[in-house]
Amino acid sequence: MEGFSRRSWLRLAGVASLLGGTFWHRTPRPSAQGHASSSNDYGHAGHSLGTVGRVSADRFNPMTYLRSWNFAHLPPAERQKFYRETPRPDGSLLREYEIFAVDREIEIAPGLFYPAWTYNGEVPGPTIRATEGDRVRITFLNQGRHPHTMHFHGWHPPDMDGALDAHQVLPGEQFIYEFDAEPFGLHLYHCHTVPLKRHIHKGLYGVFIIDPKTSRPPADELIMLMNGFDTNFDNDNEIYAVNTVANYFLTEPIRVTVGRPVRIYLVNVTEFDLVNSLHLHGMFFDVFRTGTSLVPHDNTDTVMLCQGERAILETTFRYPGMFMFHAHQSEFAELGWMGMFQAEGARRET
Amino acid sequence: MLGADRGHASRLWLVGLLPLVLLAGLILLMVRTGPADALRGEGVPPVEVLTFQRVELTPRGITAVVLNDGPDPVTIAQVQVDDAYWQFTVEPKTLPHLRQATLAIPYPWVEGETHRVKVLTSTGVVFEHEIAVAVPTPKPGWRFFGVFTLIGIYVGVVPVMIGLLWYPLVRRLGQQGLDFLLALTVGLLLFLLVDASAEGFEVAAGLPRSYQGIPLFAFAGIAAYLALEALGVWLRKRSSARREQAGWILALLIAVGIGLHNLGEGLAIGAAFALGEAALGSLLIIGFAMHNTTEGLAIVVPLAKQTNAGSRVPIRALAALGLLGGLPAIAGAWIGGFVYSQVWALVFLGFGVGAIAQVVAQILGQMAGDEPLPRYLATRPVLAGLLAGFVVMYTTGLLIG
Repeated sequence: MEGFSRRSWLRLAGVASLLGGTFWHRTPRPSAQGHASSSNDYGHAGHSLGTVGRVSADRFNPMTYLRSWNFAHLPPAERQKFYRETPRPDGSLLREYEIFAVDREIEIAPGLFYPAWTYNGEVPGPTIRATEGDRVRITFLNQGRHPHTMHFHGWHPPDMDGALDAHQVLPGEQFIYEFDAEPFGLHLYHCHTVPLKRHIHKGLYGVFIIDPKTSRPPADELIMLMNGFDTNFDNDNEIYAVNTVANYFLTEPIRVTVGRPVRIYLVNVTEFDLVNSLHLHGMFFDVFRTGTSLVPHDNTDTVMLCQGERAILETTFRYPGMFMFHAHQSEFAELGWMGMFQAEGARRET
Repeated sequence: MLGADRGHASRLWLVGLLPLVLLAGLILLMVRTGPADALRGEGVPPVEVLTFQRVELTPRGITAVVLNDGPDPVTIAQVQVDDAYWQFTVEPKTLPHLRQATLAIPYPWVEGETHRVKVLTSTGVVFEHEIAVAVPTPKPGWRFFGVFTLIGIYVGVVPVMIGLLWYPLVRRLGQQGLDFLLALTVGLLLFLLVDASAEGFEVAAGLPRSYQGIPLFAFAGIAAYLALEALGVWLRKRSSARREQAGWILALLIAVGIGLHNLGEGLAIGAAFALGEAALGSLLIIGFAMHNTTEGLAIVVPLAKQTNAGSRVPIRALAALGLLGGLPAIAGAWIGGFVYSQVWALVFLGFGVGAIAQVVAQILGQMAGDEPLPRYLATRPVLAGLLAGFVVMYTTGLLIG
């Protein structure tokens, strides 16, 4: 009703009073209050938050991504096409990967499709996992419509950096990245073509894990990548998520076992926002920043990461039941970055 | 002979229909082949336009009616309220051109605060609506029906009636006094005409483009003007040529015109309540009431001028004129409060503008009588009256801001 300007109504009021035709009616105050102001009819508000519907998990399943690396989720014959291990004389491995960049529409919330740029058709790209000292050889083929690269965090010579003009892999071309995996820790890789913001937030990123030579204690290992999507190109994210799909783990809780250690590989690639965070309800966890030390830096229930920063979190569920986890920026949490753990088994003191 | 005629006629029909058939064929061809799509290329996202038609706040949450105003179908994917994804139901989910859908969102809105509703389509385009001040939307019920009726009476009927009470005074005024008062009324109405037109253009700009607001507004105005004009012609043809009758007809036409205008005012008030601007309501009602008192004056002045000293105007007839001018405000309040739509608001605004224009033309014509209009307007009392009307409107506008 913006069209009817209040000013002109008021003006008319003034006119009449100046004319002297002043009649002061006692107008009833037909306030709507008391009619329906107490609003208790919403149902349980907690059940009302979140996206509506389910995504199709045919192409990309955030739950599968959670526990898969080096294409382990593929059947052996299929996996062979993308990943091969060859033992080397010193006992380490040569790990060879086939990665391709391709434009693909992905579903980031039920019914909401995003024209992504992907590694191997998925956002995030496949998780690459090696042991310290292994040789990593990645054949990168650009099937997209723009130049792309793979830029790894970790030790490598400058010509393997994928950041300079000379490193650009043009559409239809390929490049082989080769370097030794070090240092051990939790890293990432992403496209480093300019404009950088666009090439990253369109989906060209993935997790790169380097295990220490003496492996970490056994645990239920979960890969969580915090990302966001700007669907209307206003340099602000409409969707926040862990592993791409908004609220996926809210409707499909992550099942864990009481008493069994859980290790979360947490990486932040959220674009446009300075930081992102993870808060776990009802428990605390050890934080290993960048995973480069085996001694925890902190024991907390909320960890904050800058864009590109990552941390390994370790904890053990003590009680069975539902445990919420989400960004402790409420805004991100309400825009999709919220999920649930479902802990099973008998209560255990740890 | 007759047969030849019939053959000639049917051939004429054929000639008349042929272009239409060809046009239909052309359209079919264009729909089939889509020549514009060749320019669009592949993978170009569709043109999506979604407009909010109406938003209601109830104890159950927020209900929003959205309309697809773009050429391509729009699929609603998710809904945010205040930057939080929220549960909702919608029927249908995919909207073809000009199709409406109603979103039911069980959001615990806070009375008196601002909320933003965003609809995300399947391609991630965001359409936003701001609820400036959240208050419950009135539901058709006896309580609100009664309140709106009362508002209509306060705003329309009573003030117009009160204005009519000046009749005895006006009758005793001299020619110059009458001219001044009439000119003042014309000045007020002219200002209102410009102002209401500006508002009409504003509402038109806010409408979905497919509704072509400005032509609609202009056509409603012209229609109202011509309808009143036709009514005048018909009434004059029916009645004898006596002077009193002419005065009566003019008063009647002015009353009808003012009634149409008051319908728009009632609509504005009802809609203000419906759209959650109830806090403004009381002030608005007072403003309208005062203004409408001058409308009563506009009815009696021409009557007084025409029916001179000898004849008396029966009270019942005066009351009938008052009701004619005032009652539509009640109907307007009902419509505005319960079935508000911007399209109808625009149409009624157009009716009001057309009616004011016609009333102005009527009064001016009647004032001038047999004299040429420009020469009459140039007389001192008339000039003073016009100027006074305009200055009063303008300065009060300045003061109120």
